[in-house]
Amino acid sequence: MFLGLYNYWIVVVLMMIGFYIVIAHGNLIKKLVGLTIFQTSVFIFYISMAKVNGGTAPIVGDGIEIYSNPLPHVLILTAIVVGIATTALGLALTVRIKEAYGSIEEEEIQKKDNSTC
Amino acid sequence: MLSGIYGLLSASFFVAMDAVDVAFTEASVGAGISTLLMFLAITMTERRDHSVRHKPWLALIVVVVTGALLIYGTLDMPYFGSADAPIHVHVAPRYINDSMQEIGVINLVTSVLGSYRAFDTFGEVVVIFTAGVGVLALLSVSRRPENDAKIDALNVSMHEQHLILRIVIKILIPFILLFALYVQFHGDYGPGGGFQAGVIFAAAVILYSMLFGLSTARRVINQPLTQFIAALGVLLYGSVGVVSLLNGGNFFDYNVLSDDPVAGQHLGILLIEAGVGLTVASVMIIIFFNFQGRKEYGQGQAKGDV
Repeated sequence: MFLGLYNYWIVVVLMMIGFYIVIAHGNLIKKLVGLTIFQTSVFIFYISMAKVNGGTAPIVGDGIEIYSNPLPHVLILTAIVVGIATTALGLALTVRIKEAYGSIEEEEIQKKDNSTC
Repeated sequence: MLSGIYGLLSASFFVAMDAVDVAFTEASVGAGISTLLMFLAITMTERRDHSVRHKPWLALIVVVVTGALLIYGTLDMPYFGSADAPIHVHVAPRYINDSMQEIGVINLVTSVLGSYRAFDTFGEVVVIFTAGVGVLALLSVSRRPENDAKIDALNVSMHEQHLILRIVIKILIPFILLFALYVQFHGDYGPGGGFQAGVIFAAAVILYSMLFGLSTARRVINQPLTQFIAALGVLLYGSVGVVSLLNGGNFFDYNVLSDDPVAGQHLGILLIEAGVGLTVASVMIIIFFNFQGRKEYGQGQAKGDV
């Protein structure tokens, strides 16, 4: 009877995979990959909410009565492009951290920070 | 590579969910550019991962508990695909039923993106622009001529190997650019729009610079001009709003742009999509060029030290 909720469960599983990578790994690039997976799970959440049974893509045509909800599509469409832009910013920061510290491991960076001050 | 497949997979998932516009974006962003940026960043930092996972069991417990709570929360959610879910009864019917009279654009996603929620989209374009500025501030390197010569020599030796690829890509690039323009201006009638077109356009430029070397691409694409265009896109978008304000309407109220409200809407959407496309394309190019430039700069430095 709860089978109709499976889309949310897939989202939750994906989200938790991303979350685990973010908190369990010390490597900054891996953290960013985890964030990207997390992000995709949110996209899937929105898009699967927009789906209507028997509906079609929200492009008006003759003889079509049911459309998917266009609003989540709009939000996610822009979110994807914003997501890649912010991920790029994060990667840029990582590259600078590598140049400054010689490492992208969280613990080594912290060790260096502590020893300098 | 895996992340490219992941992007492609989620794109096909979005097609299955009837979200063609979103799928389009994800296919060009997820399968192309994001994978590429990840590669670049990884080669610039460390290939091998020698991290010690701190307290993986604790993390696992936290994750499992959070996941269980979230799944418990979903038990109250509306079923997948049900038409009477709260999300479908609030503003969506207005968009679906009235937008043909009010806006006259067949693709509902475009009309919601460009007109009903133009303010949101403006904010998002500004975020993208800001991210571009941030990458520029973090990674841009002042170029020195002696380094350039070294990098050029490196590039020539590297790129002579890919003769077939280069010829094929040379033929393909005009079509990719043309396709980007088609996507840009066809957004009113089918899936497409400024965001997708910008990314596809940038992908063509990135392909070119990957195969012919950054310094060649820099000669074709003027960097200061790209930065100017990024700002110009945001300016164009914003000024459409200001013009409608000056004409007596609300901010981003395109009805006042022309005598006929529907024609005004068309004009407004066309202009803001153009603004979006310009900004997205040039920001993506800026991001890639700066990553690549930083990498080659690092290689040049390393060679100089030896």
